[in-house]
Order: sequence, then structure tokens, then C-alpha cells
Amino acid sequence: MNLVIIKYNAGNIQSVLYALDRIGASAVVTDDVSLIHQADKVIFPGVGEASSAMRYLKERGLDAVIKNLRQPVLGICLGMQLMCRFSEENNVDCLGIFDEDVQYFAKAGSADNKLKIPQIGWNNIYDLKTSLFNNVPDGSYTYFVHSYYASPGAHTIATTDYILPYSSALHKDNFYGVQFHPEKSADTGEQILRNFITL
Amino acid sequence: MLTKRIIPCLDIKDGRTVKGTNFVNLRDAGDPVELGALYARQGADELVFLDITATVEKRKTLSELANRISHHINIPFTVGGGIGSVQDVNILLENGADKISVNTAAYKNPRLINDLAKEFGSQCVVLAIDTRKEEDGEWYVYLNGGRTKTATKCTDWARQAVDLGAGEILLTSMNHDGTKQGFALDITCTLSTGLPVPVIASGGGGTMEHFVTVFNEGKADAALAASIFHFKEIAIPHLKEYLSSQSIAVRL
Repeated sequence: MNLVIIKYNAGNIQSVLYALDRIGASAVVTDDVSLIHQADKVIFPGVGEASSAMRYLKERGLDAVIKNLRQPVLGICLGMQLMCRFSEENNVDCLGIFDEDVQYFAKAGSADNKLKIPQIGWNNIYDLKTSLFNNVPDGSYTYFVHSYYASPGAHTIATTDYILPYSSALHKDNFYGVQFHPEKSADTGEQILRNFITL
Repeated sequence: MLTKRIIPCLDIKDGRTVKGTNFVNLRDAGDPVELGALYARQGADELVFLDITATVEKRKTLSELANRISHHINIPFTVGGGIGSVQDVNILLENGADKISVNTAAYKNPRLINDLAKEFGSQCVVLAIDTRKEEDGEWYVYLNGGRTKTATKCTDWARQAVDLGAGEILLTSMNHDGTKQGFALDITCTLSTGLPVPVIASGGGGTMEHFVTVFNEGKADAALAASIFHFKEIAIPHLKEYLSSQSIAVRL
């Protein structure tokens, strides 16, 4: 198994690497295009801000590389959001792999809605689809930290409620994205990472 | 539904857990990684590691510890204790810490909060406040582990810190800490309802009912405790089942 984590200007790559290590997998962290192309599986993690991340990817031509990958790709958190069409976070066009748009939670809240932004903590994922969620019971808890969300749409394979129901995972062809952090989501997260590796 | 979080806190000195523990089933109760892993298996939602080491070797010890924790523990964790610079934080995050907490250094140099939020994002910047209610009925900020009083009101400092980019508040009531008589409900509720960020209540948790109250009346987003978990006075699975039976959303 040749697993590559895409290196770019958004953090939490170490956490993903260590989580893979815990389940007995190893990965190479790189922005080398030929290494990314040769990988059996690609993980596109990220904690950070959408427009600066997109600018960084474009400057290095990684945007086109990621869009055209044929092997299974897993976007995590910001990585998933960047795989969507557009993000309201500084209004930036993203990779457009998923048709869904990324919106700001604050716009969805009402005056009497006391929920805080960002959402920080454990929340349920439900209506789970695809083998990414093999052996993951509907309603399982995963760990989230985010202020922006992908709207529900044709590519939704998991839903979570915070202020409103949104896409906590997306899937199209060889591309998967999860809004939560599987690398920090206890046994459930490790099962999802294992499922991705064995896709 | 987003759940309330239960957070055990481990005090660390020279890389070892202090304040004692009562876990006979651990090979080494002083090893923070082993104790943290046990809490993770029991259903803790996050962990906080507070370093109280005062030596020059501290920075290296703490980053090595963060590295070991993130290799072995599959839930989020915060590292705090004497963090005073962007560089300190960078090393800890590179070694796998999810969040860091700042206290005295941020009070003395509030720009630090802004610098950290810009560099790493608000989601990893936890502001820890030690506060005490004085005879005038106001809550004041204390520094240096509670040894130094300031004239700043807790609510003012918390508001300023959030404006600067703090993503979460870890609020410890010195009046309640160690008493096991319950959390400080008034100041917890004031901050939690008045600020747009989550508030972790700390200090005073002694019974399972105290946790119910701090969530229902204190409106806390999370509750932190140390010795009651270390000495097995309250077991985390039992606590979470009880909270669930009281209609509080928890991860079971």
C-alpha cells in the first residue's frame, strides 16, 4: 500500500500520520506531483483557511493534480471543503469535485439560536452510505471543529445536525471527503480510516 | 446533536503525572500517556495536559510528551503550562497537539493570542483563566497559577481574549477548585451565554450531580476535573451514563 498525504500550507498533517501509524499504516507526506500520481491512495487533510489554501495549491499546480486523480482520495475537514465548488470563507472558487457549496454557519443561525461557532466537539453522523462507513453504526459520534459547512446534496454520504442538517461526508467517483476528523474520532475514526485504506 | 464534553486533566512535572492517581490496573500510573489512553478508552471526550515543570529542559520534555500522546491516543488533546510564544506553540502542534492553552503569558502580552490565532487558527487557542470571586462580589483574574491577583474582571479579560482570537475558554474558579462542592455556576453561565465560544468549566466537581448542574445551570460546553477521576471517585463511563439519564447529550 503506497499511501500519500498531500503536503500544503494547512496543518494537522502530523495527527493524520500518527493516526495511520496507530492502525498499522504508513504514509509519505509530499507535494511531489509524481509521488502523488504513483500513490495507491491519497489523503488531503487540512486545518486552515480556504482562500489561502486554494492560492497555495494553485501556485504549485496542485489544484489540477488533485482534481484529476484516479485513485481513491480522502479529503479531511478543510480538505473536504476545498473539494467542493465554492467556499464562503473569503469567497473562493474551490476544486469543484463535489457540486456542493461551503457556507458559513452564522448565516444559518437565528437570533434565538444560541449555538456557538465554530462547532467544537463530538456530534452524530447519520444516513451513512458507501463502504467508507463499513462497520460504522448509524448515529456514531465523530469529532468536529469547523465554522463552515457543505450543504446537503447529491454527493452527501453522511449527514450531521448543527444549526441545520449539513453534509458531514461527500462522495463522487473516487473522491471522498469528511468534515470531521477521523484521526481524532476514537475507534469510529480509526474504523473509517481503515475502511478508506481497504477501499 | 453536539454533545457536552467530559475532560480529565493531567498535571505533568518532568514528563510524569503528579497529584497522584489510584489506578492499580496501570503498569505505571505516573505515565501521562498510559493514564490518558485509559481515559480515552473509558470515553473521555478530550484530554488536557498541564505542564508544571519549571526547568529549562521543559520545552523539549513537553514536545516529546505531545509526540508520544498523539501517537498513542485517538481523541483530541490540549497542552498547556508556561506557553509564551508562537514558536512554543508551533513545536507542540508539529508534535501532534490539537490545541494549546495560554494563561499568564497571554494576559501580560494579549497580542500573543492574536498572533497564535492568525498563525494557527482560533480553534487551537484555548485561553485558561484562573478566577476568584472577591468580597465585592466580582470575579477577578489571577495569574501565575493563582498566586498573583490582578485588578481585571474575569468577564472583561475573557471578552478581550475572544475578540483577539481565543477559540475556547478554560475557566477555573479558585473559590471552588479542590472543594468538591460543585462548579462555579454564575461566572460559568455569564461567560458561556455572553461569549460566542465554548466554555470549559473547571474546579469543584465532586459528584455526578455537580456535572448535571454545570451543564444545565452553568450552561458549560464542557467540564474538566482531575482528582475525582484519578482517584476513581467518579468513573467516566458511569458519569456519562448518568448525564445521559438526566437528558444531557453525551457521547456514549
